[in-house]
Amino acid sequence: MVYADTHDHAHGGHGPATGIMRWITTTNHKDLGTLYLWFSMIMFFIGGLFSLVIRAELYEPGLQFVTPGFYNEMVTLHALVMIFGGIMPAFTGLANWMVPMMVGAPDMALPRVNNWGFWILPFAFTLMLSSLFLPGGAPQSGWTLYPPVVLQTGPSLPFVIFAIHLMGISSITGAINVVVTILNLRAPGMTLMKMPMFVWSWLVTGYLLIAVMPALAGAVTMLLTDKYFGTSFFNPAGGGDPVLFEHVFWFFGHPEVYIMILPAFGIISAIIPTFSRKPLFGYSSMVYAIAAIAFLSFIVWAHHMFADGLPLPAEMFFMFSTMLIAVPTGVKIFNWIATMWRGSLTFETPMLFAVAFVFLFSIGGFSGLMMALAPVDFQYHNTYFIVAHFHYVLVPGALFAIIAAIYYWIPKWTGTMYNETLGKIHFWLSAIFINVVFFPQHFLGLAGMPRRIPDYAIQFTDLNKISTIGAFVFFASQFIFIYNILRCALFRKGMAKASARVWDGARGLEWTVPSPAPYHTFEDPPEVDDHEVPWLEHSAT
Amino acid sequence: MLTLKRAAGRAVATAAGIAGTAHASLQKDAFWNLPSGVTSLSREEYGLHMMAFWVVVVIGVLVFGTMFYSLFAHRRSRHPTPSNFHENTTVEVIWTIIPFLILVGMAIPAAATLIHAYDTRNADLTIKVTGVQWKWEYAYPEQGLQFVSGLDAASTRAAPLDSGVDPSSVPDYLRGVDHPMVVPVGEKIRLLITSADVDHGWWVEDLGVKKNAYPGFINEAWFKADRIGTYRGQCTVLCGYGHGYMPIVVKVVSQQDFKGWAAQMKHDGFGYTPSASELAAVTSDSDAGARTRAPVAPASTPAPATSAAGD
Repeated sequence: MVYADTHDHAHGGHGPATGIMRWITTTNHKDLGTLYLWFSMIMFFIGGLFSLVIRAELYEPGLQFVTPGFYNEMVTLHALVMIFGGIMPAFTGLANWMVPMMVGAPDMALPRVNNWGFWILPFAFTLMLSSLFLPGGAPQSGWTLYPPVVLQTGPSLPFVIFAIHLMGISSITGAINVVVTILNLRAPGMTLMKMPMFVWSWLVTGYLLIAVMPALAGAVTMLLTDKYFGTSFFNPAGGGDPVLFEHVFWFFGHPEVYIMILPAFGIISAIIPTFSRKPLFGYSSMVYAIAAIAFLSFIVWAHHMFADGLPLPAEMFFMFSTMLIAVPTGVKIFNWIATMWRGSLTFETPMLFAVAFVFLFSIGGFSGLMMALAPVDFQYHNTYFIVAHFHYVLVPGALFAIIAAIYYWIPKWTGTMYNETLGKIHFWLSAIFINVVFFPQHFLGLAGMPRRIPDYAIQFTDLNKISTIGAFVFFASQFIFIYNILRCALFRKGMAKASARVWDGARGLEWTVPSPAPYHTFEDPPEVDDHEVPWLEHSAT
Repeated sequence: MLTLKRAAGRAVATAAGIAGTAHASLQKDAFWNLPSGVTSLSREEYGLHMMAFWVVVVIGVLVFGTMFYSLFAHRRSRHPTPSNFHENTTVEVIWTIIPFLILVGMAIPAAATLIHAYDTRNADLTIKVTGVQWKWEYAYPEQGLQFVSGLDAASTRAAPLDSGVDPSSVPDYLRGVDHPMVVPVGEKIRLLITSADVDHGWWVEDLGVKKNAYPGFINEAWFKADRIGTYRGQCTVLCGYGHGYMPIVVKVVSQQDFKGWAAQMKHDGFGYTPSASELAAVTSDSDAGARTRAPVAPASTPAPATSAAGD
């Protein structure tokens, strides 16, 4: 298929506007994708700095740098910034860039909503981070915002709640846009079961977001009315129940976990076949596995609450349903390995991150399986074992997938190859030091160190020191990544040009357009060539 | 499997010994792992933990072994022509069913332990545990004893920012209290756990008990320690400024010493007269094992608290 790049020459106004107004008024999916990605990059660094405050304080016993109150504020904001400012906008940015190009659409279905959805975010995070400078500081409750402790927050609480409402609106607009684009704007011949896995994963993620963000909005609104309008949703003195909040929060919170990992599954399912030079193994079972995980994510929320004293039958139900998630997740891991099996593998930076994802995400999955066992979770719950678990699935899980995606697609976005040597150095530093940060935390948790404490008993010192050193090196090594992508994005002169296909094993419509991708792609719907959907061909085992 | 578990236990113990952390305290013996603890519940939890651990280790070795073999043997320089296979229904069915069977095998003993953990009936002694920002209050209605258990003086001095005290010079830094909970060895202790302000969590690893404390609700837990000793834990639910400074110490003593301790505490002015309804509540057997609404809820949402150890 030949890309019709002669199309838009005759029309005025089809190229980007110039200057700052280009970015403020843009409705172009590629511009908005870029904005989302830069925004999330900034948030990753702010959230990363917060985590360094935490790790610095935990370097040795005793308080050296901050008060327990400020420490708690860092705990709260680190998570909120990383989840809502880092991971989620990064995935929305990738969806903006890639979904229209993958399904052969000219743009997102709702371009103005798209612009609005993005530009809400800087205001939301300004509000949220301003809480640090208000009397009493940010909430000291952790990102889970459990009442009653969160109701002891000073005047910053409504700021944080309003910021969460804004983020929720942004997420929902983004999700609706992705879902509508996928369902309505696919090129003729791009049937659902021909869609790349990244598109599938985002279709499911979009529905999850639409389903659960309102639950979070409801939960935080009830906090607001409990604090300021005399209601008693969570106040036992008025007939309320603090555990009600936990139920509503985790009804949002557990699907949220999969909102942060399903797009990563989609990315890994794109990268591994490319560098294995072999079609994705078990395409349809991958689709069903994602759907199964999404369904199960709605019926496992109370495994965050095993120590709450739920009735025994509830405890049993949530233990069994949680264990079941291991089945579809296992299918995905096995399929990725079967994709590599007897392929012809090369290890460019995106593939290195993808392989590390499979390995380290599985370790997070293993500890997840262990803590699914409710009676043992009585020992793991709210310890550093949990901290290690969810950081394994979120950092070498979600974040590594985002980094892999950027290395994988940035030649397409900028027309310039990143520096492979720097990419590999970045990979090895990241892959080694993320384990230095988080692996020792498993032992800390088992040995009895609770999470969210600013200071600890002497026997936890050595492992905390190791973890802190790892955190600083990991953070520092991300500047290699920044430099590498800035070179591609801003200083393109004299650097290796990327071909349209970029990777010889890459398949999919996005690789049929030139690199860099023109400002407008697929104004005329492309023809979907079977070459670009290799998983449909019959196996020749 | 059982021998494997024993071997693992020995390996862990050896590792701890080599690391030079093997001290008298169980907490330190278990530096790299959960302690097996001193109650039947903690030992069951430890057994499940080790079972799950070895299951995932074996799965991990198989899965990652396959992956790394493929990374090595199927790299382009050794395997220049890729195969094109991308489906195999038999294999896919097998690797869906086998994990499911493994899960069933893990779920059955876990369910048994869970039922055991919820069985709070036939307690010999009931203690009311109330979390308050940032201390624990213990009441023994049958003995007519009530006292507050807070961070001990040495830790309180060393904890604040720029205290000038080296925490490592403080014995049991952040893990010592002024008045520990004292219980007799070999008796089934039922805990009725609640809170006077925000959510807290009562956790002693060696006893295998972790239960959240909610204002206006009563949670139940139990343990029966079979070894005399001192066991330490901490609050596990983020409860504000002083969350890190809410240790728990449980001293398990002989029945004789327990009686002596109770008499001494009464003598020291920690006696109180429980109401008839309170006594009835602690002496009656509930079969819930789960959270129930407290008869009298606290007055209202507490005012913001601003100071604690470390301020």
